[in-house]
Amino acid sequence: MFRFEAAAASPGEPWLNIAIFGAFVAVTMVIVFRASRNNRTAADYYAAGRSFTGGQNGSAIAGDYLSAASFLGIVGAIAMTGYDGFLYSIGFLVAWLVALLLVAELLRNTGKFTMADVLSFRLKQRPVRIAAATTTLVVCFFYLLAQMAGAGGLVSLLLGIGDQVGQALVITVVGGLMILYVLVGGMKGTTWVQIIKAVLLIAGAGLMTVWVLAMYGFNFSTLLDRAVEVAENPAILDPGLKYGVSELAKVDFVSLGLALVLGTAALPHVLMRFYTVPTAKEARKSVVWAIWLIGIFYVFTLVLGYGAAALVGPEVIAAAPGGPNSAAPLLAFSLGGPLLLGLISAVAFATILAVVAGLTITAAASFAHDIYASVVKKGKPEPGAEVKVARRTVVIIGVVAIIGGIGANGQNIAFLVALAFAVAASANLPTIVYSLFWKRFTTRGALWSMYGGLISAIVLIAFSPVVSGSETSMLKTEAIDFAIFPLSNPGIVSIPLAFLLGWIVSVIDNRREDAVKQAEMEVRSLTGLGAEKAVSH
Amino acid sequence: MGNEALSADVDLSHVDYPAVQQSPEFQELRSTHRRFVFPVLGACLAWYLAYVLLAVYAVDFMSTRVFGSINVAMLLGLAQVVTTFAVTMWYVSFANKHLDPKAERIRDEIETGVFLDRADEGVVR
Repeated sequence: MFRFEAAAASPGEPWLNIAIFGAFVAVTMVIVFRASRNNRTAADYYAAGRSFTGGQNGSAIAGDYLSAASFLGIVGAIAMTGYDGFLYSIGFLVAWLVALLLVAELLRNTGKFTMADVLSFRLKQRPVRIAAATTTLVVCFFYLLAQMAGAGGLVSLLLGIGDQVGQALVITVVGGLMILYVLVGGMKGTTWVQIIKAVLLIAGAGLMTVWVLAMYGFNFSTLLDRAVEVAENPAILDPGLKYGVSELAKVDFVSLGLALVLGTAALPHVLMRFYTVPTAKEARKSVVWAIWLIGIFYVFTLVLGYGAAALVGPEVIAAAPGGPNSAAPLLAFSLGGPLLLGLISAVAFATILAVVAGLTITAAASFAHDIYASVVKKGKPEPGAEVKVARRTVVIIGVVAIIGGIGANGQNIAFLVALAFAVAASANLPTIVYSLFWKRFTTRGALWSMYGGLISAIVLIAFSPVVSGSETSMLKTEAIDFAIFPLSNPGIVSIPLAFLLGWIVSVIDNRREDAVKQAEMEVRSLTGLGAEKAVSH
Repeated sequence: MGNEALSADVDLSHVDYPAVQQSPEFQELRSTHRRFVFPVLGACLAWYLAYVLLAVYAVDFMSTRVFGSINVAMLLGLAQVVTTFAVTMWYVSFANKHLDPKAERIRDEIETGVFLDRADEGVVR
């Protein structure tokens, strides 16, 4: 569903699109420069000096989370496969309850900058940190690759750049901008880009939603009738068009649903956002804000998806450059002409840029803080060295993402995004939950769970139908077929496996972890001791 | 941990964490937290799983038209959104009322050194 193809024609005015996007970049650059003047310490660079309010951070979380896959992908999926597309929206939203109830506040209270801070709190520092940094880097890399590949495809649609060289150039520009934002702005600059993008995206989607509904007298049922008429298929209103075709497809969907609902609370770039607020209470507030914004946005996707089906029509969308992903831009064009298309295109670019910046700073922080400062320098880096390493890492990650994005251009983006969610849920979630809530959890259990979850998820995907065996797979040929695992999402196997490994290995492990550290972690996580401002007596 | 981020202005290095962990106040905070989050999250995940399973295995039921062309599937999808919002607000009000005051008291007492002194003198137990 998140597939972009090379194209030669754009329905709008490429120069108008470029001008609007250029204005967005100019405005955000100024803000990033202004915001970054006080970036000195590691806390400034990674966690924005913990200076954001719950509301600001909540908007930034929404900006970090609502990627191009959410906007273009889901609207396109609903327009093409009807109700089944909406199932993604619900999974992406309900997942936030796991983050709110289990993870956000406890994590804010026990960690400093990265996920590994929390996971290694009461276990053996070195091996657990290395494992957590590895899963962080892998998840960020796949997510990054998906976004960069998406940028290339989006450009083909919106700017009319069809050839591979032109698209590679645009991916390079997007990557270069991202490096600049993160290098200059650090977490503070990244956060502001995400806030602005969230406001633009939700406002843009809201405007289109009201517009579509107004055209049908604010009667959603009339809109649905029209969508059925245009699609000539009443089944688009019902579930099952995509995932009801076979028993295997049904199991596959349950597997995907599991990965979506459990993956969010384990995505490192989402977790890192909780450190940018001063207290656990603000962390709670930010999740509440994020849930409202994200929830409202996903309700919009239902109207926009069926709106695109009714006003543009599945046939036109399928034939358009970019396929299903062009549904939202085409809907904007049919509503407000080239100007609205330009605005929505700029919003889509902003979306990719903001998500990519968030991923990059997370990966860089994990490398500099977990690997360099804590493991290589044994927790005692020279003053300022850690941030220097982080900045260099940003450039390296940026270059790798540009090269990877050019290589992945035209690949199935759903595959990469689903991989990131499934890997996060399998590799990170069990260890997060166990170390926060289970006293008997051991270092060996954590390592087995993290590496077991990571490796099983990746191996199962490698042997799944998304990689080989059909024309629509990654290898794009039926000739090579090693798809011995029948499901395209590994979640239903790898997530329970990782939970099981963590539990069994801890139970049979004779070594006991430090009980005092466990007590400290539990007391800190629930009371906020040491993380909140001390009382003045 | 000794870092600038955990902005403790007081010295926490002498805090006896296992003793705090064993104290009745902390045990109460811990069980209040767990008694809320585990069942509520369990119910929400079960409700989500039920929705997913209905969508793939009970297509006829989900396709039943309710108002005009709006079917059960859409209403249940919106119900998921509504319950997510409702649980969010419920948790916030629960945390404000039952978790924060308890956590704050323990934290303040530890930071001012009152907590374990009281325990030593047997005031608490």
